[in-house]
Amino acid sequence: MPFIAAFIWSYLLWLVLTAGTNGLLWSTQELIAGLIFALIVAYATRDVIGEKAGRFLNPVKWLGFIAYSPVLFWGMVKANLHVAWLVITGKIRPGIVRVPVDLENDAQYTIMSNSITLTPGTLTVDACPEEKALYVHWIKIPEGMERPESSEPVAGPFEKWARRLGR
Amino acid sequence: MNWVSYLIYTFLAISLTFNTLGSIALHRFPDVYTRLHGATKCTTFGTIFAVLAVFTHALYRLHVTGDPKYLGMGLHSIVALIALLLTNPTGAHAIAKAAHLSGYKPAKAVIDAYEEKLGGEGK
Amino acid sequence: MIEPVFLYAALVVMIAGLITILRMMLGPSVPDRVVGLDTLNTLVVAGMVLLGAAYDRTIYIDIAIVYALLSYIGTLAIARYLQGGLA
Repeated sequence: MPFIAAFIWSYLLWLVLTAGTNGLLWSTQELIAGLIFALIVAYATRDVIGEKAGRFLNPVKWLGFIAYSPVLFWGMVKANLHVAWLVITGKIRPGIVRVPVDLENDAQYTIMSNSITLTPGTLTVDACPEEKALYVHWIKIPEGMERPESSEPVAGPFEKWARRLGR
Repeated sequence: MNWVSYLIYTFLAISLTFNTLGSIALHRFPDVYTRLHGATKCTTFGTIFAVLAVFTHALYRLHVTGDPKYLGMGLHSIVALIALLLTNPTGAHAIAKAAHLSGYKPAKAVIDAYEEKLGGEGK
Repeated sequence: MIEPVFLYAALVVMIAGLITILRMMLGPSVPDRVVGLDTLNTLVVAGMVLLGAAYDRTIYIDIAIVYALLSYIGTLAIARYLQGGLA
């Protein structure tokens, strides 16, 4: 299964990078060379990629990521206006808070941490799957929010999305 | 001069504003962690809009001239954007963790829960 | 053929990069300098993409892809070194 997943992804990347060699499509030499190189890459990395790599071939998951991107983009717009305002005014109240989360596997933690880093005023410092918590640097902590009970005030809707996407 | 040019100008203006703001944030904020906020978020957002401007330009040239080289330009810039989006937050996370583990405390912090956890383990 | 808009945009990105290099030289501690380096990497990728559009060369954008991936590995190596992992 890791072999097939790596082969499909590297061949897709090759197709994207060499589009337009024959009109707007691909010439035959490019297709054959891409096939050979994708086979070499997939054979070389068959032990590196984990056994669960096949789940990213599920088309339902791709639709999920496409539906997730506007949510993430809107979060980034808000984050950047916020940081821009902070750069201009300089009023900050920073600190590192512990955020309890309810996630299961590594993929969910990765999606959650990266989303938190790209969205308003927060930056993940460390993830602890054994105690189900993230340590988050928060640039402007509201009064009385030093020990949040859930991830709602920090990450908004992202925990729900991370749980759905990384399953 | 048509509406595509104005779209490209808008994208470039947003991109340059946020890129410059990200580099100014490095001088405005007091310590490593707050600087990472400004640097990571603003420059990533600025680069998204720079790539969007180039993508729009490439599609427009493809439409006008029909030269397939512009298709390659648009697709390659999108691949560069995806590489940047995947790697940038992870790099910021690695720097923040390394800075905390090597002993740089957040300046003017009202709470440091991570320090409490590390203190509990007797690091 | 040169697209002047993208050339001037790349010029402004370079000025932002100069401000970042100033922080790398001033930075009181090592992590401050690493943050400056990380920011500079992102700005260089943006500048390369803009220059690729300005000079009509797709190969500049390919270099930007490789630079984005390799600079990430460089940042990870420096971070590991800071927390004492490269002993």
